[in-house]
Amino acid sequence: MIKYLVPMIIFVMLTGLFLSGLHKGDPTVVPSPLIGKPVPAFVLPRLDDVQANLTDQDLKGKVVLLNVWGSYCIPCRQEHPLFMELAKQKVVAIYGLNYADVRTDALDWLKQLGNPFVMSAFDEERRVSIDFGVYGVPETYVIDKDGIIRYKKVGVISEELLAETILPLIEELKKQM
Amino acid sequence: MLIILLPAQAADIPLEFDTPEQQQRYQHLIEELRCLVCQNQNLADSHADLAQDLREEVYEMVQDGKANEDIVGFLVARYGDFVLYRPPVKLSTWLLWFAPFILLLTGIFVVFRFARARMQVPPQQLSAAEQSQLTQLLKEENKD
Repeated sequence: MIKYLVPMIIFVMLTGLFLSGLHKGDPTVVPSPLIGKPVPAFVLPRLDDVQANLTDQDLKGKVVLLNVWGSYCIPCRQEHPLFMELAKQKVVAIYGLNYADVRTDALDWLKQLGNPFVMSAFDEERRVSIDFGVYGVPETYVIDKDGIIRYKKVGVISEELLAETILPLIEELKKQM
Repeated sequence: MLIILLPAQAADIPLEFDTPEQQQRYQHLIEELRCLVCQNQNLADSHADLAQDLREEVYEMVQDGKANEDIVGFLVARYGDFVLYRPPVKLSTWLLWFAPFILLLTGIFVVFRFARARMQVPPQQLSAAEQSQLTQLLKEENKD
């Protein structure tokens, strides 16, 4: 009896293992070690004004949605209307981190599609983006009032993700003192 | 044809180092670090823009005389253990590191048990009829 039971048990266990692997989600998404850590200190020129800077201090004291984007980035166009809607409803302060772009291209992109950002930082050198652990565009971070990174999404924000995960998190963080 | 056969080293600009030791360290580090974009390549082999940027970071840190642990720590702080091709031994990676040895030991144990069980099969006793038949056969043999 046990002779037949052992292969059966091994089979069931392997099937379970493979099934759980199938539902684990996208293997290209790497969990960020920055969750729960403060925003890295940075000083970057503003996209719309070379003379002015955007720094980590500007993000403090409010809940912030930080979106890493570029004019060359096709998926960014897909999530862009969602940010426009959020900006219109004034749900949260949206900041942009423009990654590896050409200034005029980025400005044209915003002119064409609309600008949902309070401000965009212009990271031509890509150094600050490395400090954020950016490895693809788009990426989106939720940062709390103390400047702690609470959430990171690599890839396009979908309507479901926004409604079910990001907006509830933002509401919760807004309640914090 | 010759160009294709050259090693797939993706460094676009030839880098200059102060000492051969630094060059060795740089080469070793970029081979040990994983590219986040094309995940099955290390920084040395990847042509991704990010890999280029990260190679530059590593290069500058090596030139600044930073220790290997500091350079690796810099990348782990930003991208997590995932950047390491050799994950550290800790609670969450314990199974990854030691499962092969556990499986090997289990295998040795099973083979050993199996072999012992076979060795211990007692020799069959002959029945009275077989015994007399054997004696008969041996007698006939001796006659020849």
